[in-house]
Amino acid sequence: MTSASRVPHPRASADRLGRLLNLVPYLLARPGIPIADAAAGLDVTEKQLREDLELLWVCGLPGYGPGDLIDMAFDGDRVTITYDAGIDRPLRLTPDEALALVVALRMLAETPGTGTRDAIERALAKIESAAGDLAGAPVAVRLPADTERLDAIRGAVERGHALHLTYYTAARDETTERVVDPMRVLMVGGRGYLEAWCRRAEATRMFRVDRIDAFTELDEPAAPPAQAVPQDVSHGVFHPTPDLPLVTLRVGRSSRWITEYYPVEQVRPDGDEWVVSMRVTDLGWAQRLLTGVGPDVTVVAPPELVDRIRARTNTALDQYN
Amino acid sequence: MNLAHASAEITHRGPRLLAFLLVSRTRTERLVNLVICLLSTRRFLTAAQIAATVPGYEHDPEDPRDHEAFQRKFERDKAELRELGVPLEIGTPNAFDNEPGYRIARREYALPDILLEPDEAAAVGIAARLWQHAGLAAAASSGLAKLRAAGVEVDPQATLGVEPVVTVDPAFGPLTGAARVRRAVTFAYRAPENDEPVTRRLEPWGVVCWQGRWYVVGHDRDRRATRCFRLSRIVGNVKATGRAGAFTPPAGEDLISHVARWSGPVAHNGRATVTVRPGRAAGLRRWAIDSVAGADGDVLTVPYSDVERLAATLVGYGPDVRADGPPELREAVIQQLKEVVARYDRLSATAVPT
Repeated sequence: MTSASRVPHPRASADRLGRLLNLVPYLLARPGIPIADAAAGLDVTEKQLREDLELLWVCGLPGYGPGDLIDMAFDGDRVTITYDAGIDRPLRLTPDEALALVVALRMLAETPGTGTRDAIERALAKIESAAGDLAGAPVAVRLPADTERLDAIRGAVERGHALHLTYYTAARDETTERVVDPMRVLMVGGRGYLEAWCRRAEATRMFRVDRIDAFTELDEPAAPPAQAVPQDVSHGVFHPTPDLPLVTLRVGRSSRWITEYYPVEQVRPDGDEWVVSMRVTDLGWAQRLLTGVGPDVTVVAPPELVDRIRARTNTALDQYN
Repeated sequence: MNLAHASAEITHRGPRLLAFLLVSRTRTERLVNLVICLLSTRRFLTAAQIAATVPGYEHDPEDPRDHEAFQRKFERDKAELRELGVPLEIGTPNAFDNEPGYRIARREYALPDILLEPDEAAAVGIAARLWQHAGLAAAASSGLAKLRAAGVEVDPQATLGVEPVVTVDPAFGPLTGAARVRRAVTFAYRAPENDEPVTRRLEPWGVVCWQGRWYVVGHDRDRRATRCFRLSRIVGNVKATGRAGAFTPPAGEDLISHVARWSGPVAHNGRATVTVRPGRAAGLRRWAIDSVAGADGDVLTVPYSDVERLAATLVGYGPDVRADGPPELREAVIQQLKEVVARYDRLSATAVPT
């Protein structure tokens, strides 16, 4: 108990040590930098930066005499390191840092439609060279190659115009015309999306680029209203909400893959079958997907979906008699 | 002491020396001094020499309890430096002494010179923001902080036309770590067609992102063959086993090809004739290469590769579409429709009325 209260949190202490070892070379590279700018650049508060400088001010080479300690000159609100005591370079990248930067750059380089691919590849080569032995990050990335449409959309978005879209909505199986104010283009899970304010729905929408069948740039500028806020896509694009209809299925062994492709609420084994529940935006979509998905998938709820599948299948079969 | 005061006194050594002597030594300060000391020495310094030099290690070596406390403190500090990535070298100070000594080789410590053009620096800045995974996001931003300390100026406002959202499964960190040092791993793997996870033993060559999903490729020690595993199917922790450098991945191996071979491009050489009710089946119309108005709807020509798969799509469209040809498509649709009817008839026969 007592040791826990006496020993400072090891992570916090390691973080601060790393920050301090970085601080001297950072300031060395920027003589006379305003303290406020340095704090912003280092992502710390001004108060924290001043405390860090106070600590460094009593550190230095063995002997710890006047000429051994780290020294700095202040000119108003500006600071210059005048003696670095030998920590003039930042510490090399750790394996995790090299991995995180190299993989993210490879991901960027693979992303279709980025206008600065050349710069990304040059940056990647330099980071890999600086990382030395760690450069061979054992990670390879390949994203889909359908660059043409994404490229066209990106160009249109960068020019800052509102767009007229011909868009296929899979949930309702319809192709509609709409005017949107583009906000950003992004890749999620290997697919391209245009996030935009849809004037028809009066809401922010995520449009799959492969379902934009045609688009034209309008003369008016893109002007998303204040309430158009980018969606958090860190957990995917489709976020089922409790107000959506809940569908329950019995799924045989050979069709269990659908639980990996569609966000499901619950999976409960029942004998050899799985009882799967999922939320869907539209019962018509559920009917189209689930009727033909496989010979061992049966919808058990809601009853209106079951009735709809039976009625439509029987009518469809009548066509062939 | 504060800096406003300090700056006024910057030329006066007196108060500063006083501050040096009087302030209570924090752990961080001791560690900074330790790093500076070990960077400045070419000789290996023993623990006793370090204790006699670096402020914060003062103790009485003759007092066993005090000495033991020092040793524990020094061990903790070494561990912290290593965790931070400081390359601590161990060697013997001289031929007459078995006591280990320590130093830090500057060449190993320092980030090599890196000069990034503004557009390159912007790309790195954007890349560092892509991670949605907390651990990798932290690693990317501390890596970026080192580049900035090396003099790289990064525009935080820079954007690219398209930004990938990079998410990874929890197994990503342990698997890339094991692949890097070439250690074997053990994990529980659950393919959806199996009821229970199966323990797999793998020599991981690398991790691959293919069409938005992550896979690990390597030599499966039980199957004695190359295998790919989807990271999202790994259950629980990945455990690294055995020594580092336990295997050598095949040279020049294209890891992506192992994953991609199962999902290459599909040729849609078949041509189906499908009659579609006016205004319906928009999704099917998008696939059609031709559409002609007929007596009971639009007659589409739809390219396809697999009869059963196209039939399943048409079954989903129900009475909105009718498969007219080729005959094997028509038969497949009828067969599948009959199966659906039979399945739902069984369902209502077994369902308990409520």
